[in-house]
Amino acid sequence: MAQGKRRLGRGVAIVGAGMSAFGTRPDITNRELFAEAFTDMKDSVDKGFEHQDIEALYVGNCGAEMWESQSVMGNLCADIIGLTPRPARKIEDACASSSVAVRDGLIAIASGLYDMVLVGGTEKMTSLPINWTTMALACGSDTTFEGSVGFTFPGLYAAMATAHMEAYGTTHDDLLRVAIKNHSNGALNPKAHFPMTIKQVMEMRAAKAEEKGGPVPTWSDEMEFLNDPRFNPVIAWPNTLFDCCPITDGAACLLLVAEEIAREFTDVPIYIIGTGQASGHNLHDRDTLTSIPAAKLAAEQAYEMAGVDPGDIKMAEVHDCFTIAEVMAIADLGFFKEGKEAAVAAGEGKTARDGQKPINVSGGLKCKGHPVGATGAAQMVEIFQQMRGEAGERQVTATDIDIALNHNIGAHGTTAVVQIYERR
Amino acid sequence: MKELPFTIASFDTYLTERKVMASRCTSCGALWLPPRPICLTCKADQMEWEELTGKGTLVAFTVIGVGPMPMIDAGYGRDNPYCVGIVQVEEGPRIGAQILGVDVAHPENIKIGTKVTADFVERGSWHFVEEVAKAKKAYLAFRA
Ligand SMILES: [Zn+2]
Repeated sequence: MAQGKRRLGRGVAIVGAGMSAFGTRPDITNRELFAEAFTDMKDSVDKGFEHQDIEALYVGNCGAEMWESQSVMGNLCADIIGLTPRPARKIEDACASSSVAVRDGLIAIASGLYDMVLVGGTEKMTSLPINWTTMALACGSDTTFEGSVGFTFPGLYAAMATAHMEAYGTTHDDLLRVAIKNHSNGALNPKAHFPMTIKQVMEMRAAKAEEKGGPVPTWSDEMEFLNDPRFNPVIAWPNTLFDCCPITDGAACLLLVAEEIAREFTDVPIYIIGTGQASGHNLHDRDTLTSIPAAKLAAEQAYEMAGVDPGDIKMAEVHDCFTIAEVMAIADLGFFKEGKEAAVAAGEGKTARDGQKPINVSGGLKCKGHPVGATGAAQMVEIFQQMRGEAGERQVTATDIDIALNHNIGAHGTTAVVQIYERR
Repeated sequence: MKELPFTIASFDTYLTERKVMASRCTSCGALWLPPRPICLTCKADQMEWEELTGKGTLVAFTVIGVGPMPMIDAGYGRDNPYCVGIVQVEEGPRIGAQILGVDVAHPENIKIGTKVTADFVERGSWHFVEEVAKAKKAYLAFRA
């Protein structure tokens, strides 16, 4: 059965997109984060919409049970934005929760059941001590055969990094250049968790050392700073602190409508022309450790449905929870050859904002932050803004973005969602 | 002896006897470690137990200082990191496990391709609730 041959029953468009500020948000709950994203989304709908026309809500949330001792996030989000009694549901698929939520909302409209749905996700992650957050995240692994034998999330991706290094001669410096690139993008994103370049981080750390009266480090450049274990310690070798995305609170949401009514809300709807989703085995049962098989399958489905090639994609937001993840993503999506070519793409400027294939112009998970249940929807917020020329200082100007893609991985590749967007 | 069901609990019971047991599909012969009730290759559901030699090769690894709670409770941390990796056993399948007997202070010296042999360790259980988490159980590990 060729799943890629499937078509949507009818077209679906995004007519509004918004997100909360990403960061450490100690005084706000999951549902309030979602309300913040909703308000931001509302302001983005050019011709406005009637609140009561939203027919259903799909909310991604990975772990409020752990971080907030709270389940039923769908209903709580519906309640706080005044959507009750509309049907609401929470979707949990680890770090892909909100992409799956968007996809389920999309499928509901394509089926003809609804004309307008609200989709998105929220995650509050900074409420637990780091040991417990490590544990909560590792619940997205197979806790019987991965988590409990000692794997953490940085550890699972680190293991893939060692396999990549062994197979292709990838170096840790190659990976660190992904972080440098994504921080230089995220520095221009006012909603990013750490809107700073690595150079700015380095200068800040040096200034702090001087303030304390200790010896002032003299790094010649960002690479030397990143290779200083006193300032960039190992988390799970070879992953260092700056290979890892931060622990972030945040929410994002989108207003989806049936294609035939899209222009009632804006003259520039963004159409979802391809969607793909696949699941994958645990790490030990995969044929490969240097790629994410589920991502390749999801991409194949999305490309086939959209009728486009990797070469047609003008920009992509990809799942860079760790630097090695971006290296694998840009190969799994067919942008670069798996191996050294993908590993050096960031260092060679090919994936920079003004490069041949801009990747993670939002700053990515690495710099913008990764509130796991909101991440996929937040990638789509960036795509919505970039495709409409509304991304401010970080707007891609080298090319007109008429076709874009997002790639969102659940856990270490046990779920993958890839979607393709078009501005007509 | 009554044959144990093809469950995770049975796998764990065998570990307490220091046996690494896999399930072999009686239809197509595929071997599954950890054991599975349904064959991924041919989807049949008739299995038989097979004891493995416990010999294998390291195919991927990491060294971790900030581990999940069972590892912290076992005494691991930033000053006492541990190695965990994916091992391919000589019979074919792969499994994740703690890797003992490697130079965790110098991960750059740990080599993919290192030959390892099954070992067995006892640690607490994976759970958020302390009463459940403190129950000790046997885990498969490998020693370089
Ligand atoms: Zn079989």
